[in-house]
Amino acid sequence: MKIVVCIKQVPDTAEVKLDPKTNTLIRDGVPSIINPDDKAGIEVALRLKEQVGGTVTLVCMGPPQADVALREALAMGCDDAVLISGREFGGSDTLATSTIIAAGIKTLDYDVIITGRQAIDGDTAQVGPQIAEHLGIPQVSYAEELTADGDSLIVKRQFEDRYQKIRVKTPCLITALSEIAEPRYMTVGGTIDAYAKEIKVLGFEELKDKLNPEHIGLKGSPTNVVKSFTKQAKGAGEVLKDASADDAVKAIIAKMEEKHII
Amino acid sequence: MVGFNLSKEHLLQQQLYRKFAETEVKPKAADMDEAEKYDVSIMDKMAKFGMLSIPFPKEDGGAGADTLSYVLCIEELAKVDASTATACSVHTSLCTTAIGRFGTPEQKEKYYKPLASGKKYGCFGLTEPNAGTDAAGQQTVAVKEGDHYVLNGAKIFITNSGFSDIFLVFAMTDKSKGTKGISAFILEKGMPGFTIGKDIPRMGIRAASNCELAFENVIVPAENLMGREGEGFKIAMQTLDGGRIGVAAIALGIAQGAINETVKYVGERKQFGKRIAQFQNTQFKLAELQAKVDAARLLVWRAACAKDNHDPISVPAAMAKLVCSDVANETTRTCVQLFGGYGYSREYPVERMMRDAKITEIYEGTSEVQKMVISGAMKIK
Repeated sequence: MKIVVCIKQVPDTAEVKLDPKTNTLIRDGVPSIINPDDKAGIEVALRLKEQVGGTVTLVCMGPPQADVALREALAMGCDDAVLISGREFGGSDTLATSTIIAAGIKTLDYDVIITGRQAIDGDTAQVGPQIAEHLGIPQVSYAEELTADGDSLIVKRQFEDRYQKIRVKTPCLITALSEIAEPRYMTVGGTIDAYAKEIKVLGFEELKDKLNPEHIGLKGSPTNVVKSFTKQAKGAGEVLKDASADDAVKAIIAKMEEKHII
Repeated sequence: MVGFNLSKEHLLQQQLYRKFAETEVKPKAADMDEAEKYDVSIMDKMAKFGMLSIPFPKEDGGAGADTLSYVLCIEELAKVDASTATACSVHTSLCTTAIGRFGTPEQKEKYYKPLASGKKYGCFGLTEPNAGTDAAGQQTVAVKEGDHYVLNGAKIFITNSGFSDIFLVFAMTDKSKGTKGISAFILEKGMPGFTIGKDIPRMGIRAASNCELAFENVIVPAENLMGREGEGFKIAMQTLDGGRIGVAAIALGIAQGAINETVKYVGERKQFGKRIAQFQNTQFKLAELQAKVDAARLLVWRAACAKDNHDPISVPAAMAKLVCSDVANETTRTCVQLFGGYGYSREYPVERMMRDAKITEIYEGTSEVQKMVISGAMKIK
């Protein structure tokens, strides 16, 4: 099975600290990591390869510094890697990004594409599904389990209150939740192999017959950011235990009155 | 290594070692120390990810990295647990390195490759109840009888002995020749007459397995003699030269680990209405310690690079061990002081680090031995 895994290099938001004086984010010196959902995607791809054989190819769009994220993933056991990188691609929103990544993937053979659900620096969850649309293949998002079954995949999708188990024929695209698999460590020998490998770099020149220059970069990005803000943290809430239905209704109405909702 | 910067490969390896140490070792360190028992599952995991195979070539089952990578690993382990760093160090730079360097092709196939790939664990038996620094005073004897040797005697303070499969043991084959009468033998766990005693209660590295060994008419096949008869002392000394780089890295890790814990603590602890990090005494003390630790690290890296370049290592290794172990003791003592009463309590890791630091001035050659090596090279007589 030819497996492609899309990964993104992101700032480690767990390491981002607030400047106590200005209350702004300190971005300097924040380490870059492989996006956690994508790293889980790498792990599930490696397990799929162990189950049915095949290859795992990494695809990453980003600046040249993203090389280190690809080396880390290679050291976990992936077979090869492609870095999509070019100045023409800068300023891309999710639509332009997915357009460019899809063009890159068109240069590869694949049975399944695995992306993380979303990246911790943007939280849009749009790029994976958009890649599937550009390529015209089925997509299964929010996967928390994935196994191969002949030329199909069995995927368990997570919802807030239930799950769905579906069979999908390859080729297809899966977006993985971080719960899908605990990523393995690199191996020491793997780090040596990772730097012995050549990472293929695809720039605008290599992809230009697959891309419309109007659809990439800032020009190809219809998204306008009106405002960025930090989500207000919600309180833990109040849990009523062992209340009868009537008491629960009364308590909820009382709370809503208290907050002037009704 | 280019200039004083680590290469990209080394940085990636350091990332692996740090993550492993933080996730797999740190949460267990205090409990293992308290129980005075090593959790061998950590060795199994280190083996799985190549951390017991770092400087050995891939064709021998090793990871294909180098000594610099190995000391990065030891430092990261020692930052959170000196016992684990010691276990990795003894397996790697004493037992496996020695058999890889001095073993016959058959010994390498049978013992070195399983050690280099982390399938088997190894230890190094030189010290005896009456032969520490004076290693020439070996009382364990090996007498040749036909196609085998018969070993009798005892060893003490043998790290990893509680869980090792392969033991490199030194014994006298000719007492009249002093150090030139010592020979090296490869023993396997379970050989009749070879018993592993109890762990010896200790002040520090209490989690490490550190037992007595007893040999009572142990029959060791002649093909398990490593090197020629009488070469044991040379083998032991040359191996210890390399081992000292590992011990220096342990001391370095303990010191850096203590600073890291202290920086965290002084940023939170308040006295007199201020975080203690705001007092200049705290700032200056930690600045001094960090500068010394960085200087010590350069000595470790220099010794490791010398080994990788096949340059002489005796003096750089001795200097690294001497300075790092001294820095580790000063640093941990000062860190306990900065913590105050909580530093003395077993609730925080700095008291363990202070106890662990002491051994780095003693094992694999005391600080006095390092000074003998260095002054000898300076031709001061």
